[in-house]
Amino acid sequence: MKIAMTVNGKSVSRDVPDNTLLVEYIRDHLRLTGTHVGCDTSQCGACVVHVDGRAMKSCTMLAASASGAQVTTVEGLATSKDELHPMQVAFKENHGLQCGFCTPGMIMTATDMVARYQGQGKELTEEAIRHELEGNICRCTGYHNIVKSIVDGASKMTTA
Amino acid sequence: MYETNFHSVSSPQEAEAILATATDAKILAGGQTLIPTMKQRLAAPSDVIDLSRAEGLRGVTITKRKVMGVIKADGGETVTIGAMTTHAEVAANAELAEVFPAMCRLAGNIGDPAVRHRGTIGGSVANNDPAADYPAALLALAATIHTNKREIAASDYFQGMFETALQEGEIITAVSFQAPAAGGYGKFPNPASRYAMAGVFVARSKDGAVRVAVTGAGENGVFRHAGLEAALTADYSANAVDGVEVSAEGLMSDLHGTAAYRANLIKVMAKRALA
Ligand SMILES: Cc1cc2nc3c(=O)[nH]c(=O)nc-3n(C[C@H](O)[C@H](O)[C@H](O)COP(=O)(O)OP(=O)(O)OC[C@H]3O[C@@H](n4cnc5c(N)ncnc54)[C@H](O)[C@@H]3O)c2cc1C
Ligand code: FES
Ligand code: FES
Repeated sequence: MKIAMTVNGKSVSRDVPDNTLLVEYIRDHLRLTGTHVGCDTSQCGACVVHVDGRAMKSCTMLAASASGAQVTTVEGLATSKDELHPMQVAFKENHGLQCGFCTPGMIMTATDMVARYQGQGKELTEEAIRHELEGNICRCTGYHNIVKSIVDGASKMTTA
Repeated sequence: MYETNFHSVSSPQEAEAILATATDAKILAGGQTLIPTMKQRLAAPSDVIDLSRAEGLRGVTITKRKVMGVIKADGGETVTIGAMTTHAEVAANAELAEVFPAMCRLAGNIGDPAVRHRGTIGGSVANNDPAADYPAALLALAATIHTNKREIAASDYFQGMFETALQEGEIITAVSFQAPAAGGYGKFPNPASRYAMAGVFVARSKDGAVRVAVTGAGENGVFRHAGLEAALTADYSANAVDGVEVSAEGLMSDLHGTAAYRANLIKVMAKRALA
């Protein structure tokens, strides 16, 4: 079936089988390989993208269900090739990644949580960040620097 | 994943028509259970019917109890939650937080944020996973499950592990319950899956009836605990839990914990529900 959506601000359309997952549509058909697949049990969060502004696991969703939606992947966060998104800068500066495999999902989850907490006027405490990271697994960092990165990135997103 | 035919419908009626004619069609709600199952080839529906664009299935409505057209001050509210309402929407609903915040907290602790952005109450109730959270709430609240065909009392609806009263072609449209006088939920999540290893929902209705429902621990899915209900009817407090004998019989033993461990967890979670 023909599935059209907006990905990182660009209209895209591809003819794909009905059972195509959103992550397959993004990686295999659009060749945007920043979104990763780290598990087959919907538990690792490496595949998180934003669909209509909300963080979702693109491995646990059919592309057809996102038809007509606004999708943002990690490639769509930075405003230009030379200027990273504040959350990306924060991960870089706070040593929030080692191998980097989980990082796209971490960053998409982080920007979603910051936007949600700021939108609701709630304080994003360190404890809240850890609760919000429930669905993102990192095998390298031990999480402390990821939490630090998000605290830092969140402060930059406020002033941004 | 096996091949399948995708349909997006604009009403439950349209879904019903496809369910009636396709070989083996399945409803797709948030897909947080169905898609992983299909990926592992444990399910191979000929057709999937996406309900996310169907009208009238989403949102939380709270209606005040009226006697002869006058709103009663005792706050007898009926809460109705549309089947396609996501866990995140229940968690963030300000009106619901006013009449029954325990339900918002329960929804806010299901899985993780991405799961909550897609997973729905209808999907959770249709699936009736033996460790899911909503079944315990609905059983303790003596809720009603609304389908395209009828209304089903929670006590008749939940029939064991993954077993429900739903028949072929039946679609959940909403769940409803009376806001209780008091109630809470204690959950000990499995550190890996986040599903409950034992979850206890305690509710005291406005007419004083206490119901206690346990999820995650029973060998046969969600169940009510008569001993805890009797003790809490006499004394609705965490202390009253101490004197209750919770037997390990009929509880699950697996690599995460023995039946005896879960029996103890039930008491601890009952106390947290009352805290
Ligand atoms: C990583 C992870 C962690 C999770 N943690 C928890 C947890 O802690 N607690 C918890 O309770 N759950 C948990 N879940 C499950 C989650 O809550 C699911 O969202 C829920 O069980 C199913 O809802 P869904 O909307 O995704 O349904 P789907 O996956 O779309 O559907 C599930 C089943 O219900 C049927 N169905 C769906 N809607 C209807 C309807 N309206 N009428 C009739 N049949 C219908 C479908 O055909 C399918 O068989 C977790 C899931 C994941 C992936
Ligand atoms: S790849 Fe999606 S959760 Fe692991
Ligand atoms: S940095 Fe390697 S998995 Fe997170």
